[in-house]
Amino acid sequence: MSTQAIPRHESPKVVFYNDPKIRSLFFQFILLAAVIALFWFAYDNTLANLKKRNIAQGFGFWNVEAGFDISQTLISYSAASTYGRAFLVGLLNTLLVSGLSIFFATVIGVIIGVLRLSKNWVVSRLAGFYIELFRNIPLLLVLYFWYGAVLSSLPEPRDSIAIPGDIWLNSRGLLVPRPVILDQFWLVGWSIVLALGVAVAITRYARRRQAETGRRLPAGWLSTLVMIGLPLIVYFAAGQPLGLDLPVKGRFNINGGLNLAPELVAMVVGLSTYTAAFIAEAVRAGVVAVSKGQTEAAHSLGLTDGQTLRLVIMPQALRVIVPPLNSEFLSLTKNSSLGVSIGYPDLVNVFTGTVLNQTGQAVEMVSVTMLVYLSFSLLTSAFMNWFNTRVALVER
Amino acid sequence: MKKIIAAAVVAAASFGLVTGASAGTLDNVKAKGQLVCGANPGTAGFGVPDEKGNWTGLDVEYCRAIAAAIFNDPTKVKFVPLSSKDRFTALASGEVDVLVRNSTWTMSRETTLGVIWAGINFYDGQGFMVNKKLGVKSASELDGASICVQQGTTTELNLADYFRSTGKKYQVVTFGTSEEALKAYDTGRCDAYTTDRSGLAADRLSMAKPDDNVILPEVISKEPLGPLVRQGDDQWLNLVKWVHFALLIAEEDGITQANVDEKVKSDDPEIKRILGTDGKFGESLGLSNAWVVQIVKAVGNYGEMFERNVGPKTPLQLARASNALWNKGGLQYAPPIR
Ligand SMILES: N[C@@H](CCC(=O)N[C@@H](CS)C(=O)NCC(=O)O)C(=O)O
Repeated sequence: MSTQAIPRHESPKVVFYNDPKIRSLFFQFILLAAVIALFWFAYDNTLANLKKRNIAQGFGFWNVEAGFDISQTLISYSAASTYGRAFLVGLLNTLLVSGLSIFFATVIGVIIGVLRLSKNWVVSRLAGFYIELFRNIPLLLVLYFWYGAVLSSLPEPRDSIAIPGDIWLNSRGLLVPRPVILDQFWLVGWSIVLALGVAVAITRYARRRQAETGRRLPAGWLSTLVMIGLPLIVYFAAGQPLGLDLPVKGRFNINGGLNLAPELVAMVVGLSTYTAAFIAEAVRAGVVAVSKGQTEAAHSLGLTDGQTLRLVIMPQALRVIVPPLNSEFLSLTKNSSLGVSIGYPDLVNVFTGTVLNQTGQAVEMVSVTMLVYLSFSLLTSAFMNWFNTRVALVER
Repeated sequence: MKKIIAAAVVAAASFGLVTGASAGTLDNVKAKGQLVCGANPGTAGFGVPDEKGNWTGLDVEYCRAIAAAIFNDPTKVKFVPLSSKDRFTALASGEVDVLVRNSTWTMSRETTLGVIWAGINFYDGQGFMVNKKLGVKSASELDGASICVQQGTTTELNLADYFRSTGKKYQVVTFGTSEEALKAYDTGRCDAYTTDRSGLAADRLSMAKPDDNVILPEVISKEPLGPLVRQGDDQWLNLVKWVHFALLIAEEDGITQANVDEKVKSDDPEIKRILGTDGKFGESLGLSNAWVVQIVKAVGNYGEMFERNVGPKTPLQLARASNALWNKGGLQYAPPIR
């Protein structure tokens, strides 16, 4: 019996414009072209209209002298600096307030979320009350409240509260000695990097050892010791390369030092207490999503309550918690743009507020600001996605 | 993809808004049957609504005067409260027909914002307010002070200039609205609050304890405040400008709300031109020839408006000073109607 190759089934020839692949490409191309044309039209039309109305345009403003002052500047800045510099100052202030608030919001949120699940009726109700309260008050009111509360509870500069260690507290803020970095400080900087590396190595080694021999090392303690000890030793060995700029009392205020302004404090407290309520809900949902059987199984293996939470519940709960957390972080960053209402000089206050008003270039300022927030969002999302894949179910 | 298209359409539509009408504002206003006037959200004596939504103030009455000139009815005005930040965009985009809102005439505003001033209805300057208990008598003692200020104002820049030129230190705290800035000052966040001196007089009255605060004697800037319009419509600019001049000329010639009906019968050639019994001055503006009669009947002359809203007998107690007529030692001067 001779075997005969079965002729391969040829797909019937179609005219190219009936080929689904080409068709879909064609329509996508048309759509893309239409969208680009629309944007180009909008852009061109805007420029033409602005010109017709004698409204300034273009990006020549970056190097123009700003002429106004800003209350909180993380980099050196004065009224003689440029608009570009003012932009940077605002940007850094936004990053500072968002970063601090994200940290505290997460800490408070996790605590409240766990308390909400407490078996103690009073504790769980109190946590529930907190969540309902902050989820139902507009953020602006929360900010006004904290700003008012911070300000009215603090004394005037004349009656500043002196705290040992050259620290002063008054309605202008908390004044602490400002560290001044001296020449040899780079040694300490590198020692911190080195200590970090050693700590990571210790943790890795401890894990491998446990996997191989089943014996555990107090890796946490060891790394902490290295991370604090090494920089400290280098600091003293290098002759303490850190000076202090102490706050001193003047006529109106305390001068010098580092000032944690009431605006910053109110922003951080306001944003983190508010966002914590939402994070708490996400945490609660995540923990509840892990089936009760897991806890029972862990207990029957002899794990303690703490170990159960840390080793069994949390790793599974995180899969549910992390995605909503991402959007909470994003909203928090965007919410920090309410700063102007309590005088905090964030990007929107400085750039989309004052700079826009001095130059009158609304289209440029708003576009740049949108771009900045978009990049923040994309970066945060990218990080959270990475984190999410780390905690996601690893299938073996 | 649907989303992208929707977004593109929205963007195009919003940019399209910029194409609002620019020429022919007077025809537009007549067709709408009312004047849309950008006003101060709350500065006593200049522009402030009461609980019932009745607006009062010198700037507000300028809008009423323009409405009276056009419609012979001062009530045909819609007031749009605008913050310092939003006011110029609102005018340039056509949201309001005229902006009368403590706005300082500066070069950069006229060269970059697409707006143009029609005149100066209040000569002012920037000052400082401090709490009495600080014992500060002069602005020169403010070295090291923290100062609350409102954003989107000339105030912000003058403040920086002042401290730069005197070489003194200060800390600025910038707020979105004057209400927020004033509240922070009142709660003790700042040693001083700064804005136009007329604004200080008004804001002081809105505080819990006005008498605890003093306005320092220094004037650190020139703040010529006045009505402004969009560029590119000379007919409309002329109209607003001449309503302002008519108010000054009426005062100069002693034409008041009370005696205007008498004055119409006058044989004085200048008065006849002003009140429209001679010549076609109103028509040349696109109005009725009795335009000044209509204005003065509705709001009185400039002096009467001043006394009623901000003068010595009002809570603001501002003196005429620079705002007196040129022949009474002030700066208010109008070219002749002829
Ligand atoms: N004349 C200055 C300042 C005008 C101004 O905005 N004044 C403040 C303080 S009196 C104000 O009217 N605020 C009312 C508000 O925005 O609520 C300018 O044109 O920039």
